[in-house]
Order: sequence, then structure tokens, then C-alpha cells
Amino acid sequence: MSDQPEAQQSAPDPVTLHGCPLVVSYGQPVVFAPRDRYAAVMKALLADGYEMCADLTAVDYLLIPDRALPGEIAAERFEVVVNLLSLRDRKRLRVRVQVPESDPSLPTLFDQHPGSEAMEREVYDMFGIVFTDHPDLSRILMPEDWEGHPLRKDYEIGSIPVQFKQARA
Amino acid sequence: MSIVETIRDGNEPAQGLKPRSELTARELLREVGSVLRMSETDAAKLGGVPVDPSEDQTMIINMGPQHPSTHGVLRLMLELQGETVLRCKPIIGYLHTGMEKTGEALTYMQGGTNLTRMDYVSPLNNELVFSMAVEKLLGIEHDIPERAVWMRMLLSELNRMSSHLLFMATNGMDLGAVSMMIYGWREREEVLRFFQKVTGLRMNHNFIRPGGVAADLPGGWRDDVLGLLELIEPRLDEYDTLMTGQPLWRDRLQGVGVITATEAIALGATGPILRGTGVPWDLRRDQPYLCYPELDFDVIVGSYGDAFDRYAIRLNEVRESMKLVRQILDRMPAGDFRIQNKKVTPPPRARIDESMEALIHHFKIFTEGFKVPEGEVYVAIESPRGEIGCYIVSDGSPTPYRIHVRAPSFVNVQCLPHMMRGGLVADAVAVISSVDPVLGEVDR
Repeated sequence: MSDQPEAQQSAPDPVTLHGCPLVVSYGQPVVFAPRDRYAAVMKALLADGYEMCADLTAVDYLLIPDRALPGEIAAERFEVVVNLLSLRDRKRLRVRVQVPESDPSLPTLFDQHPGSEAMEREVYDMFGIVFTDHPDLSRILMPEDWEGHPLRKDYEIGSIPVQFKQARA
Repeated sequence: MSIVETIRDGNEPAQGLKPRSELTARELLREVGSVLRMSETDAAKLGGVPVDPSEDQTMIINMGPQHPSTHGVLRLMLELQGETVLRCKPIIGYLHTGMEKTGEALTYMQGGTNLTRMDYVSPLNNELVFSMAVEKLLGIEHDIPERAVWMRMLLSELNRMSSHLLFMATNGMDLGAVSMMIYGWREREEVLRFFQKVTGLRMNHNFIRPGGVAADLPGGWRDDVLGLLELIEPRLDEYDTLMTGQPLWRDRLQGVGVITATEAIALGATGPILRGTGVPWDLRRDQPYLCYPELDFDVIVGSYGDAFDRYAIRLNEVRESMKLVRQILDRMPAGDFRIQNKKVTPPPRARIDESMEALIHHFKIFTEGFKVPEGEVYVAIESPRGEIGCYIVSDGSPTPYRIHVRAPSFVNVQCLPHMMRGGLVADAVAVISSVDPVLGEVDR
């Protein structure tokens, strides 16, 4: 079969973009941005023509702590994944940022990509990752007085406990 | 105190729309400026948004979540000055059922049943994007049999027709053209009747699956599709007579809910909203998948980005889809409807009766599912509402480690404040309708 996924993300690739390691996962380019340079890299990518933030989501890698990442990037518990789209060049680019459990925060993309407003709120709601300087960081899908962040891997499923602060079980 | 510390202390901010007397000019201008991709100072020069805090003649009201024209359970907080909408904030989550969390517990075999319920108006597109993502992880995306690919295109285009016909119905209903509502539902039902014949269900089909489709087309399908096309074509002309050329209809929609190309791109809007602003962006053409490059179709674009453009685009996209369906009918190849790969394909029903191995294989694949190699992919296709994307992280087990759906409506709903700014409350209904959100996929 000629179409085996050629380059897995574990295969290190010397290519970089704006100083960040660039790998190809199943034919899709992925950039691993260090957290402290996340805002700068996103600004540079916007200037490169990646004008639309198609998607912003996160993954909780609690159960895969020691996964291999390219370059100097150290694996952390959370990972924010941003899918950028360039309409002009008809290209996509995925940016993955490691976010540590001890300080789950990232600068907001609101000023570059206002369309990420709801997506960042969803990530905050589901994973508890805080986006600093976001105009309205509050829960978007869960009720306002919900406790916990449901898409975290240590958030239990299987039973339905009473989760509201005021309720008496 | 920074936001990080506030949240750590257990004081989570609550969502809401603050009256402008409690906001700073910077916060107000940031809302406008970021979307136009300019600084607050430049946004202030544009004018339009009164920022005088002494001007407290504004009122904040709730529209929804039970309003009949909010397409489900969308709630809008509107800041009004008289009848003019100054600001608006969509509040969502009333239909949230944790489908992404559920998806982590379901195998790739069962995943389709979950995904198909997100955008319940175009279920086949949801299944398609999920199947394509799984196939990409499995490395079999180029091995899907021809017939399955063409069947997927047929169903996807028919689904686009049924979805846009539903839009015609709800758009008519929201604006008081009640006869249009009846007509739209009637025509959509004809398409759903065909889906029922093919998949067994009107909605939530789980028909497009990783590896192909669930079953072959039933006998007489070609006549059914031809009958459908013959029926709908003149009906679309009737819609033109009833609505497109009608002065009342035009007055309600033209110049309402205007959004520019810059705003739409900054907000991540896709589908008819983006095309309405004159940006010819259609993933079927610009990042082709399936066999779309072999077909001849036009990407419909508007020029003003108003509600009328979005209506006209959808109406003409039904015509384009019909053109595509005709070509698919001519070229539908024969052959298998799913991949003959023991790993993902269960054995045929007849084999189970005669072979113990087939029975075990069938049992294993349905109870345990199949393992998918480690990795992560993002696959996007053009759904009737815009770009629907599926992001899957696999850890090598039969269930996805993380499954995320980029729902077009979830992103498109963010356009509402910018479309409504400065408009009338009565037009708010037209604007919501023209965005055509499906709350099932907004909240997931």
C-alpha cells in the first residue's frame, strides 16, 4: 500500500517555522510553539497570511505523559491546538502549545483572531485553561455554577453526582 | 487581581452583558476594533458606537432561549436604545450534552451514532467528516472503493439540499412568510423520504462509516433521485416567484445584517456567511475531498454580505447541488460500497451463519471495535453551514483519546453581534435566521 501515513509526528524533522519545530502529521503541517513565544508566533503567522483561526481546542494528555515531542518542547499535561487557515494560499497549519498543569494559562488570541472568542471560552469551560486578557472569560457551555472541567481526563464519568453548589444531595 | 488569581480563588466570572455605564470605552471599542483588525483608536474614529457613559437610556433585554425564532434554544442579550440594537451577546449551552466527552467512551465503530446527532439538519456531513478523519488515521483514505465515494457525494449533496430547504422554511417562518414554511418542510420531507429508503432513517443515519457506507443503494434509487430532482426544480422557481422577486421580502432582507469580508474572516465565519461577503471560499473546490474535482459546479458568492445575499446563496446552492447530483447519477460506478479490509469491515451477514470465524470476527469488531494507530488529524469538509472539522487524537486504542468537532454554527453565531449592531430589534429575527444556526452543533 503506497499511501501509508509517511511521517508520524514522532519522527523529528529539522524544519522550523518562526523558530518553532515544524513536523508533518499525516500530511498536515504542525508547528510546536513554546508557550512563552505563543503570542509572538501567532502574530507572525497572521502576518504570513494565516488570516482565519478555523479552530481552537485543547487536549488533556494526563494519560500519555511521556509522549515524544520534537525539538526542545517538553511535554506538559495540557495542549492547546489551534488550526489556522490561509484563504489566499489555501493552506492549513496547526499550532500545538504545551500548557502546564501548575499554571494553565495562555494569552488570548482575541485581538488577532476575534473569532477565537467562543472557542477560548469553550476550552476554559472544558479544560480550565485560562486565557489572559480575554474580554469575557466565563463558562460558555456548562451552567455558570458548575464545578470542574468536564473534558479533563480526571473528570469522572459513569455516575451523575449533584454538581451544583447550592443543591443539597 | 489577575484573572488567573480570581479563578483560583473560586470567583469565576459569570457571562453576561454589562450595561455600558459599567464598561470602559476601551472595552466597548475592543469589541469593534478586533473584528475590524484595527486598534481601539482607529475604531473610535469610525464612530457609530456611542461611548458616552452618561447616556444611560439603554435597556438590556433577553431574547430567548424560548423565543420561537431562535432556532432552538439560543438566547440573545440585547442592549437596546429605543428600537436600535447597540450590542448583542449570544448565550448558548442550553443544549449541551457533552458529546465530545461521550465520544471518548465510544469506539470508532460507534462514533458515528454520536457525531450524527450534532448537526441534526445535515447528519450525513457529520458522519462524512468523522469517517474521513478515522480513515486518515488508519491510512486507508485512498483505498475507499469508488462506489462508496460517489455514494458519499450523492448523499452529501442531497443532504445539502434538504438542509437548505429547511433554511428556506425557517427563514420564511421567521419573516412571516408562513406559506414558505410549509413549502420548505414539504420539499425537505421528499429528500428525507429518499434518505429513509437508503439508510432506514429520516435523520441521524449513521450510514457513512469508516471504510465506506453501511449498505448499497436500494433498487430503484436512480428513479427516486430523478423524481426528486424533477419535483424540486420547478418548486425552486416557485420560491423565486414567491419570495426572491417580491418587494416585501426584499425590503425585509436587503441591507439587513451586513457583514464585510474582513469581519467575516476575522470572526472565522465560513459557508454562506463568508460567501455572502464576496469571498469565493468553498472547501469542495478550494481544498477538494472525495471526487469533487471531477465534477463541474459553481461556487455561489454574494456581493453585499446582507441577509438577502445569504438567502440567495442558499437558494442557488440547492440548484448547484442538483447539478452535482445529476452528474453523480451519470457517473455512479459499480462495485463495493465499503472497503474489503478485515480490520475495519465486519463480515457480511450471510457469512456469519456458516462460519464460526466470521461470527467471532463480527462479534469482536462490534464489541471491541478496531484499533486505530496513534496520531492526530484534523479533517475539514464543507457542510451546508460552513466548515465542519473533526480533530481526533488517537492513542492506539479502539476509542479516540480526544475527539473534537469544529462546528460551523458555533463559530458563525459569533457573527450575530456584528451583524446586529445598529440594526432594529425586528431585524434581529431576520439576522438570526440568515445565519441559520443549528443549536445541536452549537452546544454539542
